[in-house]
Amino acid sequence: MRELICIVCPQGCHLTVDEDNDYEVTGNRCLRGVAYGKSEAMNPTRVVTSTVCVRSGVHARCPVKTDHPIPKGDAFRAMELLNGIQLIPPVQRGDIVVANILGHQANFIATRDIPE
Amino acid sequence: MRDNYQMVVIGGGPAGLGAALSARGDGLERILIVERDVELGGILNQCIHNGFGLHYFKEELTGPEYACRLIDSLEENGIDVACDTMVLAIEPTEGGQRVCLMSANEGYRFIETQALILAMGCRERTRGAIQIPGTRVAGILTAGTAQRYVNIEGYMVGKRVIILGSGDIGLIMARRLTLEGAKVLACVEIMPYSGGLSRNIVQCLNDYDIPLLLSHTITNIEGKKRVERVTVQQVNSSFVPIRRTEIDYEVDTVLLSVGLIPENELTRAAGIEIDPRTSGPVVFENNETSVAGVFACGNVLHVHDLVDYVTEESANAGKAAAAYVIDKQSMHESSKRTIAVVSDDSIGYTVPQKIRPTFIEKSIRIFFRVREPHKTPKRIILRDDDQVIASFRRPYMAPGEMEHVTISKDQIDQIENNQLSISIEA
Repeated sequence: MRELICIVCPQGCHLTVDEDNDYEVTGNRCLRGVAYGKSEAMNPTRVVTSTVCVRSGVHARCPVKTDHPIPKGDAFRAMELLNGIQLIPPVQRGDIVVANILGHQANFIATRDIPE
Repeated sequence: MRDNYQMVVIGGGPAGLGAALSARGDGLERILIVERDVELGGILNQCIHNGFGLHYFKEELTGPEYACRLIDSLEENGIDVACDTMVLAIEPTEGGQRVCLMSANEGYRFIETQALILAMGCRERTRGAIQIPGTRVAGILTAGTAQRYVNIEGYMVGKRVIILGSGDIGLIMARRLTLEGAKVLACVEIMPYSGGLSRNIVQCLNDYDIPLLLSHTITNIEGKKRVERVTVQQVNSSFVPIRRTEIDYEVDTVLLSVGLIPENELTRAAGIEIDPRTSGPVVFENNETSVAGVFACGNVLHVHDLVDYVTEESANAGKAAAAYVIDKQSMHESSKRTIAVVSDDSIGYTVPQKIRPTFIEKSIRIFFRVREPHKTPKRIILRDDDQVIASFRRPYMAPGEMEHVTISKDQIDQIENNQLSISIEA
């Protein structure tokens, strides 16, 4: 049994997910809570955001994000991939900074433009 | 840059950008945005996390991406921008306002404008504002300052961190510093409930097993040069620390996330009426302040929790400013009747504070915050004296989440007295 707080809407229902009973969700006040509770208990994923070094006179860092959510437990390992990267401007948002993070078919992409 | 504009916007964050774009869309051609930072975007640039734009753009964006979208449309629309420029004062003239600017490149100069948008945003409460006892050592900073150091300037702020206050920026920084390798020992909140969004508590604290200590506060900070130790104590219902509940934490950094204050020095100096409940200007239904032709939007007006609502509010302000310039009529003069929006103790504040029925086209939104969390369904009731004008049901309300109700022109027209009261009832 796992207890979760639903984050789909501001009500914040306290859900209980029963892993031994086909991930049955209780405590929800709407159906969206069931979907959230199941995916959160079976395979929780998160978009990870961070920054990387950029060689620019104006900006010291370029913000990045994963273009798809990655498994929650891999966040720290994904962060390590960003160490030592140094971008050279111009950077455009959407530029791939790290491709195929840990084999998850998600990339770290730049989230802002950095002009030359 | 010219010396004469139809509209000047003070502040190039989401509120200023939104107001400029909407006024441009409504036909204003000479618009100037004045921004004191070296680039537009405001605090969105340092909010590198995602979750912005769910309501407005219908997708999940990071702060810089949200800012970029607004800045791109600004460039397409030929709106003048003066970055690295500070507004020192605003003074009334016959045709509008004179804005006094200072910048390293162009020195001190004046700009005349017909309409003015106040979009200066807010700033964080500091240690001085909440008076934590202890030594005055390095390593105590506001969550937003830490966010700027880490995300913009690339400096790590500490290795072992405790966070006082559970505002959203504090929660976001708890996760950010953890991902960057710091140990965040706890988030300490004096109230019995969190001031942040529940999604942030789940994704920023629970994901990383960071404890949230409700009804606790920091009662001492010790250290020689840098923070070395803090004492946390439980508080009673009157916020008085309880003896023998002391917990000591060995930390080198204390982050404060204890509230935001709208930044209204310019507004006050210009003699514009301020609402002590919001610390922002008193505004009418179209975001116009007590001075005709001066409008306010975004966090300078009241502190928002979602930028999407800032964009919406600033569009309203920009539209009204455009109407003011194009129709050349003062809404203050042409409107005789004003309805005051009043609330009881269950509600912290409302925006707008005043409504002129003449200027409502279809409907109006009233934003407010409740003072206490309501975990069971309640009704928001709007009354004209004893007469119920509108009633709305909410399954859940909390001070950390701004609420709004929409009332139609028909409902406004039913109001006979010059007062509309809002209350929360079972």
